[in-house]
This record gives sequence, C-alpha cells and structure tokens, in this order.
Amino acid sequence: MTDLATYNFAYLDEQTKRMIRRAILKAIAIPGYQVPFASREMPMPYGWGTGGVQVTAAIIGPEDVLKVIDQGADDTTNAVSIRAFFQKVANVAVTTHTKDATIIQTRHRIPEQKLGAGQVLVYQVPIPEPLRFLEPRETETRKMHALEEYGLMHVKLYEDIARHGRISTTYAYPVKVAGRYVMDPSPTPKFDNPKMHMSEALQLFGAGREKRIYAVPPYTEVVSLDFEDHPFEIQKFEQPCALCGAQGVYLDEVVLDDKGGRMFVCSDTDHCEDRREHGHAGEMLAPNKEAAE
Amino acid sequence: MATPLVVSEVFKSFTMHLRDGIKLPVVNDVNFSVASGECVVLGGPSGIGKSSILKMLYGNYAVDAGQILVDHKDRIVDIAHADPRTILDVRRHTLGYVSQFLRTVPRVAALDVVAEPLVARGTDSTEAKDKAAELLAKLNLPRELWGLPPATFSGGEQQRINIARGFITSHRILLLDEPTASLDAVNRRVVVEMIAEKKREGVALLGIFHDEEVREAVADRILDVMQFSPRKAKAA
Amino acid sequence: MTDTPLLKVSGVSKFYGSRIGCKDVSFELWPGEVLAIVGESGSGKTTLLNCLSTRLMPTTGSIEYRMRDGNFRDLYHMSEAERRFLMRTDWGFVHQNPADGLRMTVSAGANVGERLMAIGDRHYGNIRETASDWLTRVEISTDRIDDQPRAFSGGMRQRLQIARNLVTGPRLVFMDEPTGGLDVSVQARLLDLVRGLVNDLGLSAIVVTHDLAVARLLSHRMMVMKDGHVIEHGLTDRVLDDPREPYTQLLVSSILQV
Repeated sequence: MTDLATYNFAYLDEQTKRMIRRAILKAIAIPGYQVPFASREMPMPYGWGTGGVQVTAAIIGPEDVLKVIDQGADDTTNAVSIRAFFQKVANVAVTTHTKDATIIQTRHRIPEQKLGAGQVLVYQVPIPEPLRFLEPRETETRKMHALEEYGLMHVKLYEDIARHGRISTTYAYPVKVAGRYVMDPSPTPKFDNPKMHMSEALQLFGAGREKRIYAVPPYTEVVSLDFEDHPFEIQKFEQPCALCGAQGVYLDEVVLDDKGGRMFVCSDTDHCEDRREHGHAGEMLAPNKEAAE
Repeated sequence: MATPLVVSEVFKSFTMHLRDGIKLPVVNDVNFSVASGECVVLGGPSGIGKSSILKMLYGNYAVDAGQILVDHKDRIVDIAHADPRTILDVRRHTLGYVSQFLRTVPRVAALDVVAEPLVARGTDSTEAKDKAAELLAKLNLPRELWGLPPATFSGGEQQRINIARGFITSHRILLLDEPTASLDAVNRRVVVEMIAEKKREGVALLGIFHDEEVREAVADRILDVMQFSPRKAKAA
Repeated sequence: MTDTPLLKVSGVSKFYGSRIGCKDVSFELWPGEVLAIVGESGSGKTTLLNCLSTRLMPTTGSIEYRMRDGNFRDLYHMSEAERRFLMRTDWGFVHQNPADGLRMTVSAGANVGERLMAIGDRHYGNIRETASDWLTRVEISTDRIDDQPRAFSGGMRQRLQIARNLVTGPRLVFMDEPTGGLDVSVQARLLDLVRGLVNDLGLSAIVVTHDLAVARLLSHRMMVMKDGHVIEHGLTDRVLDDPREPYTQLLVSSILQV
C-alpha cells in the first residue's frame, strides 16, 4: 500500500498510542473507573466514534482482524467508513464474522454470538458519566464515584417506575462493575447488559469528545442496578426474526410501507446471515417462504 | 415547712444604650422567700417593679446582682446565674408562670395549648388532654372553643386558657401575673378556688393581683415592693 | 435531661485573609435544643453556620460531634467520606432557597426518597410509602408525589425540602433563614410546622435568621452576632425581653409591631 507511507501505522503516532495504552492499562486495573486521556482530533467529527477509533488504533496490530458494527450491522455508513479507515491506515484484515474477529468496534450492540477469550470489544461512548443526568457538576460526580455515593443512580430508576410503572430505561442502563464503580455501558440496549457479565472478552470503552477511557476486564462481575421489588429485566420480543426465525435475540423494527406494514429482523446482521446460511428461515424471507411452510 | 423559693439581695436596673446609656434602676436589695402552701402577693403601685420581679424569677430578665434560689429536683438552683438549659429544665419541672397575656401559636387548638406543658414533661397525650378538658370545663370555657386556636378568642377566654395552662402541671412554685384581670366574677371565684387548692397541695405561689377581692381571698401575706424601690426615698 | 452535649464548639474562627468571618465562637448544643443565631447581613452568622456544618473549614478552633455510638469526633479530622455520610444521614441542612436543597427536575417522591436510597434502601414500594408519609407530615397532598418541585409554590418547596432532610431521622438540623423568601402567612404555617416537628422528633437545631420573631418562636437559646463576634448569648426570652448589649437593644427595638 503506497498510501501507508504517508501515515504512521494505524494513523496515530507512537507517542499518542503509548499515552492511550497507558490509560487503557489503568482502566483495566480499575474496572469501571473513567480514566482521563488526551483525546486527539481525528479525521471525523465527534459523535462518529472518535473515542472508539483511538482505542482501536492504540491496540491494533498488523495481525489483527477487525470487525466494525453500528446498530449491530456491518453495512451501515459509520461501520463501513471506520472499517475502510483502518484498512487504509493499518492495512489490516477485516471481517464481518464475529467469531473471526480479534477486535470488534461497536457503536450500540454486543454481538449475539458469545465472545471468547482473546477477543476485544471496543465501544464508542458518547456520554461516559452515568450520574450526569441528575448531577451536572463534574467535580461533584467525580467525588461521588470516589466516595461510592451512588444513591442518585437509583433516584433515576425510581423516577422511571413512578412515571411509567416500571423501569423504562432501555439503553445506557447503569451497571455496577466488580462491586465498585457504577458505569454507563454506552448506548447499548439493556438487552445486552447480561452479556457484559463475566464476559471472556476484554471490553474497552472510549469517549473521544469527553476524553475518557474505561474498561471491563475479562471475567468481571457486571450487575445491572435495580430495586428488590422491580428487578432488572431485559426486553422480550413477541415474534422471532422475520428473516432467520431466531428467538431470544435483539430485533430491529423495519417499516415496509406507509400503510403500517413492518417487520422485525435481527439487529445483528452477521448473526442473521449466518443462520440463514445454515438453513434457518423466518416467515418473510422471500425466496424460502414456500419452502419453510 | 419547706421553702422552695428564696430571693436574696437582688438588684436590677436597665441600661438604655439607645438613650445615651442612661441607667434606670428598677429594684434594689430584694429579699424574700415563699414557703410551700403559701401565697405571697406583691403589693405597691404600678411601675414599682412587681412584674419585673416575676420576670427575673422566671429568667426572662437578667439580674445585676444577688441570688434567686429554687429547690429544683432536690438541689438548689440559682436562677440568677444558671445557664439557659438549666432554666428551661426548671421551667419544665419546678417553676410555673401564668402571664397576663397569652402568647398564641398559630394553628394550635386551645385544648392542645393547655395540655402542652404536661406533654412536655412526658405525660401521655390522651391523659394530658383529659386533664386539660377538666380544667377548661371548670373555668367555664365553652366546649365548642376547645378545638379552635385561641388567637381570635376574647381577652377573658384567652386569660382562662392561660390559667388552665399554668395550673395543669404540679409545679412546686407558681408565678401569677394578674391572672384574673379580665375575668368576670364567677370565673374569678373559680380561680380563687383553684389557687386555694394549689395551696392545699403545698405549692408555693407568688402573684400580682390588682383586684382587691381576689387579693384578700388568696393572700397569706402581702409583700410591699415599695421597700425595694430605688425611688422610695423620694416617694416617702 | 441528658448529661452530654451533641455538639461542642470551641474557639472557632474563620478569617478571609485579614478580614474576620467569625471570631472565637464557643458553645455547646444539647439534644433537643434549638439555637438561633441572629444578626444582620454580614455579621458572620452564615460563615459560622457553614463552619459548623462542615461546608467551610474554620481557620482555627474545633467542632466535635457526638456520633450515634456516643463518641465525640472532630468534624474536621474525619475523612470527607465520613463527613458526607454524616451530612446525609444524621444531619439535615435546610437552605433559604429551596432550589439549593432540592433536585428541581425529579419528582417530590424521589426528592424525599433520595436519602433513603443513598443509605442502601432498595425497595421501591417501601421508599414510596415512606416518602408519601413524609409528604403528609409536611402537609403536601400525596397526589403531588410525582410532581416536580418546579410546579410547587415557595412554601410547598420549603416544606418539601424539610421532609427531604428529616426522612433519615437526623439528630441535628441546620437551617439558613428557613422562612426567607416567603409570604408572611406562609411563614407562619412553616414556622408552626417546624416547631411541631422539632418538638415531636426531639431534634436539635441551629437556625440562622435575621428575624427575631422566628427566633422567638423556634429557639430556646439565642446568640447575637455582630462583626463576626458573638456579642450576646442566652435564653431566647431573656435576650429578647432584657437585651443587654447596645446592638441587641437596637435590634429588638427595630422589630415592627403589628
């Protein structure tokens, strides 16, 4: 690749990567703690995943295989752009298959396929501070983390129940990591929270605009906050995926026409395709519809 | 006979700092005592310092010199030098005071106003209210007023609530500042009887009564306050 | 009558550079006692209150508090974690402006429940029941439990702030001009409510006010401050009926009579 000569490997210079790696090591050492780092300007706007890209750039090596997803899909603009970026600046192999990837950068989802040891999941985080919703002062929230004063987190859940009769927070649902720090799992749906618990993969979180990195090391306890009489629950879907027939997975609603027609399909496109390749079919999978019935 | 109240060599003056610091002497060298079961009435013309003496005894006025000794919970407390916390405890358990005017508290019913000193001493509130009701009935306060806050009551009605509030406890010493001033003849007689009953119980009473008939009826002894007046030389 | 004070304050001074905030203040506060600190703006009463309530570290002096285990601890020798824990369990602080003491964007119920959740209560039903009970005690209709304090009147906000502070059964409550910005009729209701709660719960309280009528109604004991110094200190009745110091006489004679 001739282009590579004009860039350092993986875009960032080595001093910057060193700084980010130190922040990552510290974050792994203190699970759930938000480590400040000197976030760099990246060739993309804030909100497009600058934090995740910097973390990925700092840990990626020539032998790595990268997968990038946005809303669970490998083929959305953001996922395609970031994947192309690393192909160009690091010349690494890329994949859409969860099981083949060594690094998976994600914006919202944790893949349906269980992650294994040796894999790293990199989250792009817009707002790393879970307490900010009720306490806007950064000096105060840092003190609250330091002194483990987390009553406020339950105030938010209380408000949910008071207003909606149940905990209505469905994404960025707060968790307690390793029995100590309360952490915002970024805008993943709470459906994925249980996957973070005791995960065999390393989970790294990068917030570019807010200049914070935090981590959940492998085999770490991750507990979703709740009340005794309103325990944590994940979303349940009434029907299976319309394309692959999968149950117990996270589904996206797709509007089909302007007459109320819609379908529910797997949000994890790789998982869905894999199932279809193996002969599973949902009721709206056109070519196989007759065959299935 | 026990003597729960002794006043010894008490001097009192006011310094008016807002009027170039002029000093107004009130009483000099006050000496007297009140025994259990005795009712002593302070006598003398108005402005001579009778109310001031009661206020010093109750701790509302500071004292320039001297001692005010009260037998409180089997020890002697000097009101003139006691700390606020001790004075409050003496007021709660030993020293009662019926003032001329009721200091009303908004929104508190007459019955609760009367029962409050008992409740403050730890009496059960139902028992305290029963006793309050008994006293208000004795003082002929119309039953329909008991549940209302006394702020809008007439002078005589407020006065009776004040009396009931002062008499409800079994304080060993009771200070009375013109308790019958705005009462009619019937209720005056009730108060006279209540004072007689306190005497029988061995309470030491010290009061100011301008009504001659009441004074005659209750007083064992009249203490002429004129003798303590710094102006007595001029007045004589 | 217990034999041990709750708070022992000795030689507390606060200097802002060479300017005096408050100077050499010493007193003891006993269980069930309400102390009023009065004085005009700038007299140092708020500085003193902030020193006492761990919000402002004094330049010199010591403030000892008797913990629930009976031992005295110097407030400024505790760790910050212990101090903050004390503040949200055994103490209360009622601000003049309720917006400073409330979370204006969460419901009344959550405002009252926050302290319970902060000490580990994790049962929604119980928290809500306790919150609703406290709203009743401060005379806020329970059908307002899910409304935000933004929708409340000044008097209601102040009552909500009081409920929020008292829900953990504190032993000591600090109040900074609790009736400050309220209408006279609303003030009377609030004062009566505070008086009743203080009596019923046997609270100790330190109330900063420039309003002598508030001090008369609420407090047992009074300290008068001027230019950072305590110039007169005694039984509230005595200070108001027989003020000794020139400044106190001026204050008392300045009360408007109705």
